[in-house]
Amino acid sequence: MSNLQRVLESGKFAVTSELGPPRDADASVVIEKAKLLKGQSDAVNITDNQTAIVRMSSIAAAKLLIDEGLEPVVQMTCRDRNRLAMQADILGAAALGAKNLLCLTGDHQKFGDHPQAKGVWDLDSIQLLQMVKAMRDDKKLLGGQEMAVAPDLFIGAAENPFADPFELRARRLAKKVAAGAQFIQTQIVYNVPKFEKWMEEVRALGLDKKVYIMAGISPLKSAGMAKYMKNNVPGMDVPDEYIARMTAAKDEGREPKEEGIAIAVELIEKMKTIPGIAGVHVMAIEWEEAVPDIVKAAGLLPRPMG
Amino acid sequence: MIVGQRKPIDEIYAMIVANDVKKLLLGGCGTCVTISFAGGEKEVAELTAALELKATSDGWTLEITQLTPLRQCEPEYTREMADAVKAADAVLSLSCGVGVQTLAAEFPGKRVLPGVNTMMLGSHSPDRLFIEYCGACGDCILGETGGICPIVRCSKSMLNGPCGGSVNGKCEVSPDIGCGWQLIFDKLNELKLGATWDEVTTARDWRPSWHGGPRRLESK
Ligand code: SF4
Ligand code: SF4
Repeated sequence: MSNLQRVLESGKFAVTSELGPPRDADASVVIEKAKLLKGQSDAVNITDNQTAIVRMSSIAAAKLLIDEGLEPVVQMTCRDRNRLAMQADILGAAALGAKNLLCLTGDHQKFGDHPQAKGVWDLDSIQLLQMVKAMRDDKKLLGGQEMAVAPDLFIGAAENPFADPFELRARRLAKKVAAGAQFIQTQIVYNVPKFEKWMEEVRALGLDKKVYIMAGISPLKSAGMAKYMKNNVPGMDVPDEYIARMTAAKDEGREPKEEGIAIAVELIEKMKTIPGIAGVHVMAIEWEEAVPDIVKAAGLLPRPMG
Repeated sequence: MIVGQRKPIDEIYAMIVANDVKKLLLGGCGTCVTISFAGGEKEVAELTAALELKATSDGWTLEITQLTPLRQCEPEYTREMADAVKAADAVLSLSCGVGVQTLAAEFPGKRVLPGVNTMMLGSHSPDRLFIEYCGACGDCILGETGGICPIVRCSKSMLNGPCGGSVNGKCEVSPDIGCGWQLIFDKLNELKLGATWDEVTTARDWRPSWHGGPRRLESK
């Protein structure tokens, strides 16, 4: 069983973090980041060509993490592979010791460094969840072939409470749970009132009892980054209040990054009070060294070891 | 209808010169591409004038004959073009890719050049904006999606959308694109079928679609 699953099942407030593999073949970058994150979370997500930018394979980077004694959550998107390649990679990831898989549809290729590419989209995230669940529970490939040794994976998915139409966001979570999701990592939360409203709907559907929901947390680096995310990342909701706080920090000669960490810690404290929230997913994008400060200040250390 | 867009004149002219064409038959098509303003009689006349001007200023001898049958995609109509095709060095077809290939099959040994980029199966709004409506997937599911096609109107062909990038009814790919799944959901609600959205659509069998070589259909 995965460490993440064990922590969540024990009822402890779980923490995952995130590691973006490099845009080259340098294993030492992954290993250095792994050292920074070791002991700071229950598992570490490895992104899969995030925002459609080519990076070292999430499964290869996951193996580097396993060798460093960390537990990866392998992210897998539907953009770059068809069902054959995905199943081959799922079997391979499990064979290399991966125990968590996060099933995503993926950002459109137009956002990345190869906008000329042909997107695959053979499956969507919900169909990927169904496929992985059947591989594990029924020992069956999507084509019907049975296998002797099934991949033993704790299956996750994402959901974005801030996308539209709002009324479908809890219902879509229900579809993911029905398809096989056991844990959910949400889009980064800044707009707490909207997030709480979503959680109300999630609870009304009884989903908090069926799936572990981890709230996405990401420290802001600067007011500029906050504004960029608000205006340029579809489905990202950054209230003006936080942009103002980041701007004020700079104007008052304080370190904006520290303000960003302080906001992240406040958000985590808030998440702990929301019924049905089982943990947080801390993403410090290309700023992994912020994670230890955040989890420490949020009182989430030491992590229960698996 | 099949929606096309005429290729840029420089690209067309370069093809004419590269193929050493002096006598050109400029063939329009009176059906789909007439509606999308890419290859009807009017566009054939306009392109003829533009090419003649370009050739003259370039010192290239170019004699252009114009002909627009009702449809280039049916041999019955392309046969009407036989004499004109014979007299020309090459044909520049302003029909869709189907018409170009039908002409080429009908007249062996004759060079048929494409003057249009065939874009989509679509329809248009009153403001002349053409939108893709169908990907000819071979297994239509419009009956389950309120009559709006997720295969082409969702940028990721999702069958369980909307994804997390849908904002204010727009797709994450561009604020100019309506989110197909928002449209589907609105339509389902309008039809009082909103609850059907909650059913998971399982992985699709793509065999009837674009992935098995050229599809064939025997007409009885
Ligand atoms: S489901 Fe297939 S046949 Fe039906 S409109 Fe969409 S692409 Fe065309
Ligand atoms: S925003 Fe809508 S149309 Fe665009 S990819 Fe997502 S679900 Fe499809």
